[in-house]
Amino acid sequence: MDLKTRGVPPTDHERAAIDAVLGPQPERNLHDVSGGHQLRDRRHLLLPALHAVNDRVGWISQAAIDYIAERLDASPAEIYGVASFYALFSLTERPTHQIHVCIDLACRSNGGLVEADLPNGAHPSPCLGLCERAPAAYVTTAGETTLQVVAGHVTPVDIARWAGGDTPDPEPEPAAAVRQAGDESLVLLRRAGRIDPLDLDAYLADRGFAALERARQLGPQATIAAISGSGLTGRGGAGFPTGRKWDAVRTQPATPHYLVANADESEPGTFKDRVLIETDPFGLIESMCIAGHATGCEIGYVYLRGEYPRPLATLQQALDTCRRRGLLGGDTGFEITIVKGAGAYICGEETAIFNSIEGYRGEPRNKPPFPFQVGLFGQPTVVNNVETLMNVPSIILDGVQANRRLFCLSGAVVKPGIYEAQLGLTLGELIELAGGLRAGSVLQAVLLGGAAGGFAGPGDLDLVLDLESTRAAGLALGSGVVMVHDQHVDLVDQLKRIAAFFRDESCGQCVPCRVGTVRQEEAIDRLASSSDRSVDLALLSDIGQAMKDASICGLGQTAHSAIETAIVRLGVFS
Amino acid sequence: MSQPANQFGDVPGTSPNSVALSIDGSEVTVPDGTTILEACGGKGCDIPTLCYGDTITPKNACRVCMVEVEGSRVLVPSCSRQVEADMVVHTRSERVDHARKMVLELLGSSVDLSLTEHVDDWYAEYGADPSRYGPDAATVAQPVKVDNDLYIRDYAKCILCYQCVDACGEQWQHSFVIDIAGRGFDARVSTENDVSLPDSACVYCGNCIQVCPTGALMFKSEYDMRQTGTWEPERQTTTDTICAFCGVGCNLTLHVQDNTIIKVSSPSDSPITHGNLCIKGRFGFQHAQNRPDSAG
Ligand SMILES: Cc1cc2nc3c(=O)[nH]c(=O)nc-3n(C[C@H](O)[C@H](O)[C@H](O)COP(=O)(O)O)c2cc1C
Ligand code: SF4
Ligand code: SF4
Ligand code: SF4
Ligand code: FES
Repeated sequence: MDLKTRGVPPTDHERAAIDAVLGPQPERNLHDVSGGHQLRDRRHLLLPALHAVNDRVGWISQAAIDYIAERLDASPAEIYGVASFYALFSLTERPTHQIHVCIDLACRSNGGLVEADLPNGAHPSPCLGLCERAPAAYVTTAGETTLQVVAGHVTPVDIARWAGGDTPDPEPEPAAAVRQAGDESLVLLRRAGRIDPLDLDAYLADRGFAALERARQLGPQATIAAISGSGLTGRGGAGFPTGRKWDAVRTQPATPHYLVANADESEPGTFKDRVLIETDPFGLIESMCIAGHATGCEIGYVYLRGEYPRPLATLQQALDTCRRRGLLGGDTGFEITIVKGAGAYICGEETAIFNSIEGYRGEPRNKPPFPFQVGLFGQPTVVNNVETLMNVPSIILDGVQANRRLFCLSGAVVKPGIYEAQLGLTLGELIELAGGLRAGSVLQAVLLGGAAGGFAGPGDLDLVLDLESTRAAGLALGSGVVMVHDQHVDLVDQLKRIAAFFRDESCGQCVPCRVGTVRQEEAIDRLASSSDRSVDLALLSDIGQAMKDASICGLGQTAHSAIETAIVRLGVFS
Repeated sequence: MSQPANQFGDVPGTSPNSVALSIDGSEVTVPDGTTILEACGGKGCDIPTLCYGDTITPKNACRVCMVEVEGSRVLVPSCSRQVEADMVVHTRSERVDHARKMVLELLGSSVDLSLTEHVDDWYAEYGADPSRYGPDAATVAQPVKVDNDLYIRDYAKCILCYQCVDACGEQWQHSFVIDIAGRGFDARVSTENDVSLPDSACVYCGNCIQVCPTGALMFKSEYDMRQTGTWEPERQTTTDTICAFCGVGCNLTLHVQDNTIIKVSSPSDSPITHGNLCIKGRFGFQHAQNRPDSAG
């Protein structure tokens, strides 16, 4: 490749930010012709480098792109293609202080602002994973030390104040999202609020790293047999048996193997992985060590969504502590790296996540080959959701059945938050666990499983919450979203937002989803404002079928499901 | 159903590396590694294709070639999915036809397909009606980019088949001048920050034009003639020759109208070029027609 850049040097700030990731620029040595491959091998540093500039300067200029291009021997067009994929990066100059206001499902139905109401200087954001504190916002200030904070229970007055340069107050304690904190029967959330999340000694005293030791005694095969025996299935949405996935990677002859903990958590209404990381970071680290041991991985990645500043800080600190105490890195044979997303729901898809980590556009890959065959950097790879992994230690230590799940309760309940419950309880019982409906509320609908899930109605309170029963009812547990809508919620507005979400978040690679999500949104807008509905309802169903059948990945395949359930089960638009 | 196994030098049913499967009720045996589309006769068979070109590994992004494979929850792209033993494939089912019709409608209602081959036939075959999305349906309409004398980019015609990106980058040219930028319906083929081609690293090999199936990338000579209404395909002839500029010996196809070269392509099955040329072979034809009566 013949690099052509504009010869405009980066500013000192841009250069410093990029060099902090890529190291100082080596002296040019005309005799050294082996640079190309060595430079290109560092392509995975592209996403961190883009973050560095965006965090330092607030946006990414052409000169910064050209400088990164030179440093990585990648073309400026490719880098522009990657940078323009992510919502958190700006490619045009903007103020350093930015306010991202959540206009998504839980927030807009709980007193939040909608797109049209946002004041100057604030811009709309998809779900920020703070739904228990809806309405929410995320405020960033670029600079030498960048400031990134989230806030809940946001008022228009707050937003106006922050738009003027103020920053939000500190967040409540992480365990505040866990209303069951301290309950003896908890397994997944058992440490929340009971021990200091960053106190390694407290963790060790609470049987910390005992499961890893046990797994090492058992060896990979017996460890995986225990996982299979527990019945653990994926909590990221698809529900695949974890033991089978692990064994498929373990037995792949190609090496190295990689582990990816999926903490992209961007499904609207989902915030469980955030709470797990904030309340029990060592638990995730130990779980990853066990997964790595069982599947033959020496490197694990945590792909953490970009809008999660506190989970990032918590996990970074916990990783440092583990390294210092000899529990990670060095001669332990296992290391964990955090990769920060940059505002793209699609990067939670199990193959898009690879492209994103590798420094390419976060477009899903074709399957087959499957991740266990050809995954991250072309190697056999296990991808697991954070909650899935957090099930592992108690299975190894106590042989428990993996029949507990986390549910993300938001909306018109008295105590929104994360709830741990045994699979098999009913929707009504779960809502009662969260304190029942707010005073004066009448149940209108419950969104189960997020925007990619479906709506249950007031008649579904007896629905048993497990994989089989929800599937039989044409619904899904998905990522555990239980968003409760009372009579005040405008369901048509919710459907418009769901359609807009998928339109915004489609990667654009395949026609059924790229154009289908646009046509779906147009049809919903027409349905919302007209009384002659038969034509558009038929159109919508045609579009939905094609997206489901012919899209490349789960995003397009599920982009119509919640809308379909609202029309068919709840009779919206009839 | 055609039986293309012999074109791979393989005797059906006997090679240890052959795969037997059922396609629309017929038993077919093809070599391992064959795609379903190849097993059905390849490009030009009854299965429509858009993002599948002659010389580029398909991105399977258009999803018009979908077929039904029994046991698969979703339809599969025949251009990319390799055959497996005992696969049962249906190339025309209700679901397949619906998906093809919808892909054609979704593209036809958002992109100018007027220069894309076969589209009208497929509209008829699958009953596609792009007009049913109404006059307000969003499109990718935008002004034509005319920023150099050699070729133009009319992205209102672009179906995002990724072929130009792959031809310019990894699969052939290794110039990486263009890539997909943006996301979703805003995704587009672009140089960095949309700089003009003269400001980009473009070397004007025209290999992107060669693979573009929609006329979005076009010789400036063709574009100008179309603008002035003098582009008349029925009066055009082609002549195959060898490029005289250097010793590589690239195959050229000269497209001629009124005794004037109007564009140059290269046969995609040429073992030397695979359809690719450099700026001299692609655009350096003026010297061949410097006639006393012409100004330049
Ligand atoms: C558009 C899309 C977004 C996804 N986002 C996430 C996510 O944020 N976190 C997650 O764990 N899984 C997500 N998934 C599911 C993953 O593809 C994958 O199934 C999962 O991470 C596997 O882990 P598990 O088996 O432990 O559930 C997403 C899937 C799709 C199609
Ligand atoms: S279904 Fe949507 S998100 Fe998935 S690959 Fe296709 S365009 Fe991208
Ligand atoms: S003409 Fe050649 S170098 Fe220029 S964009 Fe097309 S393929 Fe790339
Ligand atoms: S310009 Fe042509 S080759 Fe390039 S993506 Fe668009 S349609 Fe395909
Ligand atoms: S934080 Fe606003 S909807 Fe989840």
